[in-house]
Amino acid sequence: MTETINQPERNNWLCAACGIALEPGKVTVSYLDNAYPVELLRCPRCGLTWVPEEIALGKMAEVEKTLEDK
Amino acid sequence: MEQKELRGLEDRCIQEYAPPCTAACPIHVDVRGMMSEISRGDPEAALKIVRKTLPFPGIIGRICDQPCRDVCNRKNSGGSLAVAPLERICADLGAYQPEKKPAMPRKSRKVAVVGGGLGGLTAVLDLVKKGYPVVLFEARVRLGGRLWDIPGEILPRTVLKAELDVVVQAGVELRLNITLGERVSLADLRGEFDAVYLSLEVGCYKTDGLELGDGRVRVDPATLATSQPGVFAAPLREGSYSPILAMSDARRAAISIDRYLQKVSMTAARYNEGPYVTRLYTNTAGIGPLGIVPMAERRVGYSLDEAVQEARRCIQCQCLECVKVCAYLEHYGSYPKKYVREVYNNLSIVMGHRQANQFINSCSRCSLCREVCPNDLDMGEVCRQARVTMVDQGRMPASTHEFAMRDMQFSNSEEFALGRHQPGTTDSEYVFFPGCQLSASAPEQVERVYAQLRESMDAQIGLILRCCGAPAEWAGRMDLFESAVADFRRVHQALGNPQVILACSTCYRMFQTYLPEVEVVSLWVLFDQQGFPVRETSLDKKGVVSIHDPCTTRCERSIQDSVRQILDRLGYQIEELPLSREKTECCSYGGLMWLANRSLANEVVQRRIAESPLDYVTYCAMCRDLFAAQGKHTLHLLDLLFEADPKSRAMRAGPGYSQRHENRARLKRKLIKEVWGEEMPGIQDYDKITLNIPADVQARMEERLILVEDIQQVIAHAEGTGRKLANPPTGHFLAYHRPGNVTYWVEYSPMPKGDGFAIHNAYSHRMLIEESKKL
Repeated sequence: MTETINQPERNNWLCAACGIALEPGKVTVSYLDNAYPVELLRCPRCGLTWVPEEIALGKMAEVEKTLEDK
Repeated sequence: MEQKELRGLEDRCIQEYAPPCTAACPIHVDVRGMMSEISRGDPEAALKIVRKTLPFPGIIGRICDQPCRDVCNRKNSGGSLAVAPLERICADLGAYQPEKKPAMPRKSRKVAVVGGGLGGLTAVLDLVKKGYPVVLFEARVRLGGRLWDIPGEILPRTVLKAELDVVVQAGVELRLNITLGERVSLADLRGEFDAVYLSLEVGCYKTDGLELGDGRVRVDPATLATSQPGVFAAPLREGSYSPILAMSDARRAAISIDRYLQKVSMTAARYNEGPYVTRLYTNTAGIGPLGIVPMAERRVGYSLDEAVQEARRCIQCQCLECVKVCAYLEHYGSYPKKYVREVYNNLSIVMGHRQANQFINSCSRCSLCREVCPNDLDMGEVCRQARVTMVDQGRMPASTHEFAMRDMQFSNSEEFALGRHQPGTTDSEYVFFPGCQLSASAPEQVERVYAQLRESMDAQIGLILRCCGAPAEWAGRMDLFESAVADFRRVHQALGNPQVILACSTCYRMFQTYLPEVEVVSLWVLFDQQGFPVRETSLDKKGVVSIHDPCTTRCERSIQDSVRQILDRLGYQIEELPLSREKTECCSYGGLMWLANRSLANEVVQRRIAESPLDYVTYCAMCRDLFAAQGKHTLHLLDLLFEADPKSRAMRAGPGYSQRHENRARLKRKLIKEVWGEEMPGIQDYDKITLNIPADVQARMEERLILVEDIQQVIAHAEGTGRKLANPPTGHFLAYHRPGNVTYWVEYSPMPKGDGFAIHNAYSHRMLIEESKKL
């Protein structure tokens, strides 16, 4: 999870509250006492982060499984 | 699991024990392995296997007395395998390869072997292999002893000479034409050598101070040691001469001499030298007779074609009784002896990847393995304990069982849980406990059964709605289980400890095991004994069905009997499945297999529903729903008892996970309103959010274990806080919320006129996004 996760090209999501487009930024994700810095799209003002479906069901699920079996 | 416990469990799995032929063979030739290679048409590979234990296959293949054939599992199904003739063809066809140089370092202590017959020669080869310089004393001028007395047409001289040559080439020093007691005495040998093996026909040598018993040299049967240190002797065997036994004695002596010279224990851990009875069980049911393949030319022995045919008669004895009947044990490619070791390692590991987590969590805990095991080894119990240990160690993967734990929590919350006397009464002789999954799958039948019980029984019958706690017990979450049991006890006590009428056999099992003080009766036994609602048409003959007994009734013969009685009275004929009653199979719901290993669970269902083309009748809601979901016509016994058109129920898909919650909650509200005439208090705010979920999204939610209430909570959160992403071109919103240990994402859009929300997608992850305001 330490490497940058490639975001899908298509990104039409805006932060609804701030009304501005998402930008790549460092976000920490954690599970079972392990924390990883990852680059995800998030609102540059309020920090609302987007985890795309492909990442949630792909890389994230993989890391979750590995950590659970450790 | 302690080491000792592990060994005890391993010992109960007999798969690795030798087949009967190998055990009965005094030198334990791997007959099964040999047969396997010959049947593949590879006598050379077969010879390699034979040679691992048998030094003279050409000779033995012609003269062996074959004690293996007495115990062959083919014996009564066409006749024992022709083992020696097959060894012979291996020796004849397989290329001879001289033994490699001794692997053991050359040792300095010298050994004398007296007697150049089959036994003495075997001792020589074994000792040379162990690295000892060996001198062989033979009274005649050539090796072979009494082998030369065997007629040439049985043992051709070329074969005899070729195999005797092996000994000469092995690097032994020969002293021929020397008779013990004449030109050399035992005392001389003891002076020159560090150990001596006397492999002589009885009476052929002067005892030279060796202690006698019954007129012969006394030897310790386990070690073949005589009364003199370092002197070992072949025992006198009763009955006719057995060449293979003489070789076995020699091998035993060689082991003793090695131990004696290495100054280690002569007796420790000497198992299974010489013939023994194996513990291996081989099921020969269904093995049809197949006669011994005759030889076209007896003198020549088997042709290769004949040998292949003969070897194919070999049953390839092994146990695998449990693996044969269990898709789970088969799926992981091994057998319990290996599995318990893997489980043990998984629990003992300190750092590293726990490879058996999924294995441990995939067992349905149905105990069919115990039922078919000759030694009652129960992998279900092994997995139960392992799960409890994993939970205690904090090593149970958090995601594995959480969905089921939340389901249980729902069933035992105010949404569903209920415990009341029959309306208008203040006492209960009985209490009906339908369980969580029947209530989820067919709530209307729970209503009918409860009405029926109140109507037909002259007694006061209360009602308890809740989950018995089985999912927690399956998950190894004994904390949650015990609290579920304690909650039940409180409710039950408040009702005055009435007898509990159980519709679900899993509940029944849990009550029997963990609440032995509670008096229970199966609904089916009750219906059988007290009569049941017989519809007018039900006495017609209705054809043939097969019964799938839920696995939790495995030990409940009376429940199984009652179900069959009821079916009989309803006019059905029963054709039993090959595995039924105490040997019934799990539907894959048991033990939460379906959560740990979805594809395996599907395979389990597929296997079970393929066992008969007939419609199935079962008496567990989960079994029914899982079979029907994969296209098997399956009826619940209640369908037959209460539905006007039971056939139409057979293909009914069970409700999805969300609907199961909904059905339970509605059942409670409906019963409270209609039976007790009360209104149920308010529901959660988010429950009021109306959703419009297309079928494909619903299917995805099922697959991803996302419930309608999870989605409602995300939307309630997003709309309440305004924290959501917007996609102006589509008008969709995307928001997430983490009510517990899972983050749920929902893509949605508001319906026109404020009429709830359309759901476009939903997914989840367990990783936590640590959003920080500081960017």
